[in-house]
Amino acid sequence: MSIEVNGKKVDWVENETVQNLLKRMRYTFPLVVVKINDKVVPRKDFAEVKIPNNSKVAVIHMISGG
Amino acid sequence: MDKIKSERIQKKLKNSSVGIAGLGGLGSNAAVALARVGIGRLVLVDFDKVEEKNLTRQYYFLEHIGKSKVESLKAIIEKINPQVEIITHNIKLKKGFMEKPFKDVNVVIEALDNAETKTLFIEEILSKLPDTPVVAASGVAGYGHSDRITTKHLGKLNMCYDEEAKSSDDDVLMAPRVALMANWEANLALEIILGEDN
Repeated sequence: MSIEVNGKKVDWVENETVQNLLKRMRYTFPLVVVKINDKVVPRKDFAEVKIPNNSKVAVIHMISGG
Repeated sequence: MDKIKSERIQKKLKNSSVGIAGLGGLGSNAAVALARVGIGRLVLVDFDKVEEKNLTRQYYFLEHIGKSKVESLKAIIEKINPQVEIITHNIKLKKGFMEKPFKDVNVVIEALDNAETKTLFIEEILSKLPDTPVVAASGVAGYGHSDRITTKHLGKLNMCYDEEAKSSDDDVLMAPRVALMANWEANLALEIILGEDN
């Protein structure tokens, strides 16, 4: 029962939302792009979308500048 | 030089197109790099005018101050490679419609400045144009630390990334690092269009 977050293996928690996972991982960046199994999760859905077991999660931190 | 390889590349690039969102330090430098290699079509999107302070890192000249970035960059590219077809959109990308100018390009380059807009843009393009590869950059500010920059391939999203960099709100934007990341983005776009170099 585990998931992969940015290449790191962590425990899978039942009913954990994207928002809760970010909190658990201590990702405090205000602006992130999140992909679960290569599908992008819109930020407005972070509080609802649940992380499935065995999924691969990518969290990309967006920093200003361009 | 490998003539067969070079001809194959030229032909492929001539028939390819890249859309660029934002024509600041990232976008203007990436566009020029792609024009030099002979990309067939560029779709350039920005709403801003060139300001004097932009000249520290963006591909404009003193004579462009006060003129729109899209028109200025078009004029510059025409002096470098008039074969490139250039489509310009002098507009601000609006939430909900961000994918519109990029519907028929092979690769989209995110070259926006503000983290909020960057995030929105990537989300919208990935969800509305799911078959279009996106190249994005995060962590442009500062100087030095070239080797902290890495490429991240996440499905259709290809990131030029330095997660330890500070926000441009708290750091400086300087030509070498900005141009490095801009060319990194252009290089990633090439790799997507041409396939891995081997």
